[in-house]
Amino acid sequence: MEHYLAIFVKSVFIENMALTFFLGMCTFIAISKKISTAIGLGVAVIVVLAITVPANNLIYNYLLKEGALSWAGFPDVDLSFLGLLSYIGVIAAMIQILEMILDKYVPVLYNALGVFLPLITVNCAILGASLLMIEQDQTFAESVVYGLGAGVGWALAIVALAGVREKLKYSDVPEGLRGLGITFISVGLISLCFMSFGGIDI
Amino acid sequence: MTTQKEILLDPVFNNNPIALQVLGICSALAVTVSLSTTVVMCMAVLFVTTMSNLAVSLIRNRIPTNIRIIVQMTIIASLVIVVDQVLQAIAYDISKDLSVFVGLIITNCIVMGRAEAFAMQNGPWLSALDGFGNALGYSVILLGVAFIREPLGAGTFFGFEILPTADNPGPFGWYYQPNGMMLLSPSAFFIIGLFIWAIRSWKSEQVEEIEYEISDNVQYKEAM
Repeated sequence: MEHYLAIFVKSVFIENMALTFFLGMCTFIAISKKISTAIGLGVAVIVVLAITVPANNLIYNYLLKEGALSWAGFPDVDLSFLGLLSYIGVIAAMIQILEMILDKYVPVLYNALGVFLPLITVNCAILGASLLMIEQDQTFAESVVYGLGAGVGWALAIVALAGVREKLKYSDVPEGLRGLGITFISVGLISLCFMSFGGIDI
Repeated sequence: MTTQKEILLDPVFNNNPIALQVLGICSALAVTVSLSTTVVMCMAVLFVTTMSNLAVSLIRNRIPTNIRIIVQMTIIASLVIVVDQVLQAIAYDISKDLSVFVGLIITNCIVMGRAEAFAMQNGPWLSALDGFGNALGYSVILLGVAFIREPLGAGTFFGFEILPTADNPGPFGWYYQPNGMMLLSPSAFFIIGLFIWAIRSWKSEQVEEIEYEISDNVQYKEAM
């Protein structure tokens, strides 16, 4: 149990998707003008990551890894070069399915997340989390915790940035820095704050 | 002829994908710690963007609109797999340094964005040029960031020492104290922010509209 808690805390704070790995930056900068939309997007990312990372873990361990196909009688087959194509396919398909399920059974959530769900397919944080999970060679249970933690970390970062930007729009920023420039510098400062978690060893 | 030149050079300064369109920052910043990884990354992006634009443009009239995203994604993912395998074969160390970021070219918004916005409407030659130009605009910013980060952060340039550090002091015992902050992620944000400032001071039409303006303090003037 402690091991999983450590993975969770590590993926939320120490190895934050947005602020340490720069993943999902495009959406991160583009959709952080208001706290309410940022929360909506954050929740969508948590849901999608918590589903796709474990799903990709299963695909990697039972279909793609060297020797993974031994259950089907092909012990020598190594399909790991197909990894990228399969992960992005899984992500795109998962998001499509999630969209349909939400539309049918939880229309309230669907309306809240609606706009963001398709957008998330091309969010690097989703694919990035899957690739990092493969690189760290996690087990299935670890990947569930990792996916959830990575999502929470990303959501936390975007809500924090939205909070800063809501205040920032009232301030008197030099002309050239207005908008994008000052946002980058604020993200840098938030990222610097998250660095302070760096030394923590769990 | 001017249009071809415009398509190629416009994204570099006037409509830079990173500084103006906010595309493709995702995988961009983490690889700029050293120049050699940056150059490899830029070459990979150049190849993928040009080829994907070309391929998407060639089959643009045959793609059903409903599934175009999946088709584009498959083309891009296949190209990235090629790049990844080639890198692992000929430059294994750099491929290890880049780790997941080569794979992340798939979700690099520049590649997707250009395929969707330009290659779906234009001919193959122009699309390839557009892809090349956008990747060039991306590379210019990336190389600029790496050009600042590597020398200041580690005292090296393409891995060669240009500023002697404490372990190996230069003549008269002077040495450069590397700025460790430059190797950490926040510095990349600061540098890009400053780049944007520089570009917008030069090309002032890119400055964004102000959302709120503090009005003059009327009461103060009345009191005078």
